[in-house]
Amino acid sequence: MLKVRVIPTILLKNECVVKGVGFDSWRRIGTILPAIKVYTARQVDELIIVDITATNDNRDPDYDEIENFSRECFVPLTIGGGIKNIGQVKKILRAGADKVCVNSAAYETPELITEIASSFGVQCVVASIDAKKVGGVYKCFSNCAKTETPYEAAEWAKKLEQLGAGEILITSIERDGTMSGYDHELIRCVSQNVKIPVIASGGAGCYEDMLRALSEGGASAVAAASMFHFTQNTPVEAKKYLSEKGVSVRNVNVRLR
Amino acid sequence: MSVMIIDYGMSNLGSIKRAVEECGGDAVIADDPRELKKASKIILPGVGSYADGMSNLRKYGWVEAINEEAGMNKVPLLGICLGMQLLSERGCEGGDSIGLGLIKGEVKKLAVKNPGERLPHVGWNEISIAAPSVLLDGIADGSDFYFVHSYYFDAADAADVVAYTPYCGRFPSILAHENIYATQFHPEKSSPDGFKLLKNFLNI
Repeated sequence: MLKVRVIPTILLKNECVVKGVGFDSWRRIGTILPAIKVYTARQVDELIIVDITATNDNRDPDYDEIENFSRECFVPLTIGGGIKNIGQVKKILRAGADKVCVNSAAYETPELITEIASSFGVQCVVASIDAKKVGGVYKCFSNCAKTETPYEAAEWAKKLEQLGAGEILITSIERDGTMSGYDHELIRCVSQNVKIPVIASGGAGCYEDMLRALSEGGASAVAAASMFHFTQNTPVEAKKYLSEKGVSVRNVNVRLR
Repeated sequence: MSVMIIDYGMSNLGSIKRAVEECGGDAVIADDPRELKKASKIILPGVGSYADGMSNLRKYGWVEAINEEAGMNKVPLLGICLGMQLLSERGCEGGDSIGLGLIKGEVKKLAVKNPGERLPHVGWNEISIAAPSVLLDGIADGSDFYFVHSYYFDAADAADVVAYTPYCGRFPSILAHENIYATQFHPEKSSPDGFKLLKNFLNI
């Protein structure tokens, strides 16, 4: 049976691993290659690495860096940040990534999603949505949560699915970095509205939060950053917990060599 | 002699090359079909649609080279993901197309059968071994591998199926026919069992 994925997210700013709270107050927490090595050695289900300033700095993704990451990464690797055109996607995949994560560019050029899907397959496109409640509804924000868009999360997710996205990564801006639990209502309104897999993100603080994102949010996978960076919690322990609760996961017995 | 990874413009070439090297193979990314003569093993990778995949293989002259080396000279070939699917006789993704025809069968879209199943089929899922194969040396029945796809290879001859995977019913996840091998999952991303499988292929 298909296993639920527990996915560490690594955010990059000026080549450093960072983590913020509510997409703000970024704190530098280390360098990336050791983090990738540890996650690979622990055989995590997948890794998502996002360069959070590439879009706002109007920079290209750093292909050499991506090649360095993939040299150390033997688990599925999704790369995001600054992706605006299909040429960049080709270079990212050639550098060793398996999937790309597109957020801001999808609002300006929705056809980019379709273009990536038709060239590289829908499974290659993870469409990312950052959302928070504004006036009682979940609105989507672009440019690292700086710019409010006219779209509501559920309708935008549906649109992304129609355009050819293979997965949705849904992040709660308000819960991000707080470790106070995922926004189940947000995750649910997205997962109910699409048929593609949904990855819950933003707010994980303990293993029970992950279980609730699956059971109450209807997510297919759970992503977390702060919880793995700042607490003793690990992806393997998360899966042990989920397994005890009857969730199908893989690799609950991995030990670091 | 080296392991040639066919570059026809639609692959996660970097990660496959790196994985083959990690498994002790001398990996070369081949962008010229004439180079295939020098291959001791061939890997046909691929992400993307069937129609685009075949159209690119034709455009760059790979079809003849693959038929000659893998089809006639029996050089071991491993198709991965879309690379597995292109070994079939035909596919419907992106419009009806004729495939390489190295393994009998056709590629169809998965259809959701159980509640909770979503497409694409993304993530780790197990294999259920149907027949012994050199590819599976040291790999236990029920081992998990990383999948990411919406279409599957409906093999015409059950004898070619080495393993099935349960999703949307079940589909063949490993095929073998003479010197032609194929996995629907990504061994290069399924460490450590995926690496065992790659090593087994390199050791053929």
